[in-house]
Amino acid sequence: MPLVENGRIVEDRYVRVLDDAPVPDRAPVIVPAKRFLADAHELIRRDGSLGVLWPNDRRVAELEPWLGHLALIALVFPKFRDGRAYSQARLLRETYGFRGTLRATGDVLRDQFHFLVRAGFDSFEVKKPADAHVFAEVLARYSVFYQPSADGRAPVLRRRLQSAAAVPKTCETV
Amino acid sequence: MYVYDAFDRTLVAERVAEFRDQVARRLSGELTEEEFKPLRLMNGVYLQLHAYMLRIAIPYGTLSSAQLRMLAHVARRYDRGYGHFTTRQNIQFHWIKLDELPDAMADLASVGMHGMQTSGNCVRNITTDQWAGVAPDEIEDLRVLAEVIRQHVTLHPEFTFMPRKFKIAVGASAHDRAALRVHDLALRLHRNGAGETGFEVMIGGGLGRTPFLAKTIKPFLHKRDVLSYVEAILRTYNQFGRRDNIYKARIKILVHELGVEAFAKEVEAEWQSIKDGALALDPAVVAEIASRFRYPAYERLNDSPPELAAARRADRRFDAWIGNAVANHKVPGYAIVTLSLKPEGGTPGDATAEQMDAIAALADRYSFGEIRVGHEQNLVLPHVAQGDLPALWCELDAIGVATANVGLISDIISCPGLDYCSLANARSIPIAQEITRRFRNADLAHDLGRLHVNISGCINACGHHHVGHIGILGVEKNGEEFYQITLGGKADEDAKLGTLIGPAVPYAQVADVVEDIAAAYLELRQRPDELFIETVKRTGVEPFRERVYAAR
Repeated sequence: MPLVENGRIVEDRYVRVLDDAPVPDRAPVIVPAKRFLADAHELIRRDGSLGVLWPNDRRVAELEPWLGHLALIALVFPKFRDGRAYSQARLLRETYGFRGTLRATGDVLRDQFHFLVRAGFDSFEVKKPADAHVFAEVLARYSVFYQPSADGRAPVLRRRLQSAAAVPKTCETV
Repeated sequence: MYVYDAFDRTLVAERVAEFRDQVARRLSGELTEEEFKPLRLMNGVYLQLHAYMLRIAIPYGTLSSAQLRMLAHVARRYDRGYGHFTTRQNIQFHWIKLDELPDAMADLASVGMHGMQTSGNCVRNITTDQWAGVAPDEIEDLRVLAEVIRQHVTLHPEFTFMPRKFKIAVGASAHDRAALRVHDLALRLHRNGAGETGFEVMIGGGLGRTPFLAKTIKPFLHKRDVLSYVEAILRTYNQFGRRDNIYKARIKILVHELGVEAFAKEVEAEWQSIKDGALALDPAVVAEIASRFRYPAYERLNDSPPELAAARRADRRFDAWIGNAVANHKVPGYAIVTLSLKPEGGTPGDATAEQMDAIAALADRYSFGEIRVGHEQNLVLPHVAQGDLPALWCELDAIGVATANVGLISDIISCPGLDYCSLANARSIPIAQEITRRFRNADLAHDLGRLHVNISGCINACGHHHVGHIGILGVEKNGEEFYQITLGGKADEDAKLGTLIGPAVPYAQVADVVEDIAAAYLELRQRPDELFIETVKRTGVEPFRERVYAAR
């Protein structure tokens, strides 16, 4: 499963730790939510980046006290159609101000990429290698966004109020 | 009517390009049908019994003549020469070929139309009163705010994969013509004690197998807060709506299971955290959108011109049509004209390409180039000078859209049913056609007065049978089509779900049963002006039940 960050396929630095496995020293790790909540005080004291795998049926508000210690939060799309983690992502970014890495995991396919980016994800475990290879190309499909979201792009409702120069040139011929 | 700008055109063009790529990947086999399904659904493409079906949004029911001509072109070029107007201000084409869909969408995009979000588990087309902007009893034309909401929820990154579809309707008149309370979310504009306008927010309505009427969760919401409040509702639903069972996934079930107070509390907490952020509506943003709405340059005219009265005296059919299909306009000298798409023996809501072209031309000549689509599956010419009514009537009559049955028993709301739909258990269209034949006598239909018949071919209730004065629901029993009959449903400001009158009846008896119900009403009513729905309310369904089942 290729990992995409900054528009490129990259090696995953993080090690996934199972519920009862020992946590390696120093290495960046992703631990499951239950394990994290049980051992949070210990986990945040160790060296090495800490990530948590957070299920989509638990409120992200529970993570609020720990956000400053987390380098990564992995959210889950059990199925393409199950979009709960989009809300979790926006809450983490916009309401709780999480600045670490937000990783999309599970059934992550190319036709979700721009929704994911707009919701605040910046790391993607892409299910199909072919989709990972066209990540940047797929993101270029859209240049116009109506609503404000976690990516901070100016929405159309705002852009209209700016100068006429903001109007995209490509569409004068459409 | 709203005119797209460069941003809107770019987005729709980008969407068409994306869909063209998705279709190509499907045709090459790179995408399986299962993978393609959610992608096509997000563009309004269903796979039905015989072919792909394309559903096109007509936001808040407003069409320009150029758009209607393009719909005629799509019907002719890519389909079988007709289209079907639905109960949610959409149009459907039932015979589209997959490889031609991207071209059809590109043609539609050239006039600012698309199928985005007419299907799938996202926010669907936003509907309203088909008389918005022209109804005398309206507080304000809500289409501007409907357009603001439409844009906000279009390709929304958070709300494209919700538990289930989400339907929004808005209304601003004392009389509800938008069936507000059968929607997932309804916004009703009203004035508070201080004379300010704001929205009553109603949540969790919907029909289908578990019908509910929407409940009020906020009596007065300021307009500036409409986007943030909608966002808070959608966020609450997206996180907590059920995903384990498709039949329990609509927001109405979440509201029912949590309780409306707990749901409202959840929404309120979320709303408080976002209401003063980027979603607080800036009046300049609204004004910018309002500036791209085109309104007619009405002439100064007087009501009831003498030539209209003379024409009414001269022709009984014209007089009957005026009394039935023409309503008062807020501007003196003008009228709102409903075009019945319910001719005797016809398919409710269908229009041919020739009719669409002709109506577009008539809209240019008589209605400032504007057409409306109502949830009753009829069309409207919203700005007709009263003096033009005789000439317009002749032309409408010539193309078969001047049947004087608007709001009467033969003005039937119906889903496509088993003739097209893969979900249906039973046929709807032939039932509707037979009822229009039984009540072809205009005097009888007129005597029966306002009477809404709604037919659904399955429990999904696309024909809104629960809120029909007479509701007809197709079910399957041992491989045969049977129909349950309900009475007393209403979709207006006093919305109510109908009551089942007894065991389902076979296909061949449905029209007989409707005749029995009509005859029972004529006997039971206390005065000629006691409406059918008033009689049912007064007597309950029992006397109708006796009449219907006595002979069966």
